[in-house]
Amino acid sequence: MIEINNISKTFGDKKVLKEVSFIIEQGKTNLIIGESGMGKSVFLKSVVGLHPVDNGNILYDGRDLTQMDDKELKALRQEIGMVFQGGALFNSSSVEENIRFPLDMFTKMSKKEKQKRIDFCLEHVNIENSNHLFPSEISGGMQKRVAIARAIALNPKYLFFDEPNSGLDPKTAIVIDNLILSLTKEFDITTMIITHDMNSVMEIGEKIMFVYDGKKWWEGTNNEIFNTENKELNEFVFASDLFKSIKTINQ
Amino acid sequence: MKLLFHIGRYALLLKKVFAKPQKFRIFFIQLLKELDKLGVGSVSIVLIITFFMGAVVTIQTAANMSNPLLPKYLIGFATRDSIILEFSSTVTAVILAGIMGSNISSEIGNMRIGEQIDAMEIMGVNSANHIILPKILSMIIMMPFLVIIAMAVGIFGGLVVSLLSNALTLNDYLEGLQYDFSAFKVLYSIVKSLVFAFIITSVSSYHGFYVRGGAIEVGKAGSRGVIYSIILILMSNLFITHLMLT
Repeated sequence: MIEINNISKTFGDKKVLKEVSFIIEQGKTNLIIGESGMGKSVFLKSVVGLHPVDNGNILYDGRDLTQMDDKELKALRQEIGMVFQGGALFNSSSVEENIRFPLDMFTKMSKKEKQKRIDFCLEHVNIENSNHLFPSEISGGMQKRVAIARAIALNPKYLFFDEPNSGLDPKTAIVIDNLILSLTKEFDITTMIITHDMNSVMEIGEKIMFVYDGKKWWEGTNNEIFNTENKELNEFVFASDLFKSIKTINQ
Repeated sequence: MKLLFHIGRYALLLKKVFAKPQKFRIFFIQLLKELDKLGVGSVSIVLIITFFMGAVVTIQTAANMSNPLLPKYLIGFATRDSIILEFSSTVTAVILAGIMGSNISSEIGNMRIGEQIDAMEIMGVNSANHIILPKILSMIIMMPFLVIIAMAVGIFGGLVVSLLSNALTLNDYLEGLQYDFSAFKVLYSIVKSLVFAFIITSVSSYHGFYVRGGAIEVGKAGSRGVIYSIILILMSNLFITHLMLT
């Protein structure tokens, strides 16, 4: 579990996050939703420690990230896996080398054990026979899956996803969503996903926070989101004609 | 104020760079790759440039020594000293700053905007150490060899001119090469090259590492890296020359 208490973040004169609190629960898919430019990605990067927060604290199972020294932070980061918006795969390394990288850096596994782990990770993201291809030689959906395989290589306790479905077709997006859900359940991982994709929200949103103007505007589940009275959230959820029609049918 | 900010951030980056590598085996592999890319990859351009530079310097020196009272061997002498003292180290470094410096800035800049550096940081990897240290060390290791190659090829360029033109004879040229030779001048040039190697790699890496935005900014960072590297090379050239030769 990750407990986030009253974190704020300012860039220059602009306060991007304003006293945000949220609990990211273990074994659940925790979604952070909101319009572009409302502070979702800053929130994610603050939670993982890429942006130091101005105030507040972030407790990883009781360990406060904001009070950690470099050594403690480094140890914590080995428990974290993150999938970036564009995949962030190392361009000049093959699929297999990308997954091997964290294993080389942080484990004392033998060559055979590493290969076994790589195969295990690739199998879990349904990738076969692509070990020696380079990121530029595989599709966007496959790149995301390789990024997920790399993120789970060290068996993380915490998994973060920044817009995992951006740039993907709806069918592949569903595959990625289901993959995230199954990994979260299978390994009982604390998962946080930043998205503005309402399909993902409805598909896997077990716990949702809506961020608006740098603040936590609403919190609930995917069952509750359709019946919310919150004006800004309503505008976000029912922005598309498809969801408007679903609401009308429901009513 | 902005200058102070950059100096401070550059110093902090170097502190991260010169940390103990996470895994020496991986660091060694990275170092070998960079030795090949930055060092061996620079040999051909150094060969071409210094050969023609040596040839041109010989012709120009000969053209300016038309006075019959000046012995012809002075052409070889002047060519040798120009190449050893300045052309082999400073001019080679300026050219490498343009080629390798922009290459380093754009490589690291692309890693930054592609979030690969963030991905390393999230894993707990000291990205500055992992990416930049092998580049700095490989250039420092290879630069003296490149300078020695530049000296030899530059002098050979002059020798070819002495064979093919009427400006001077081969004997005059060879006599001039041996006249009043001091090994200290070679050492001076090598010392300079070590400093230049550090400047090229660290300054270019700095500009790539902190790039923000997209592909256009990566290009701009590459240009900035080259410009600041060249300015610092010329400034340190003056400083080292003052220290060692006066």
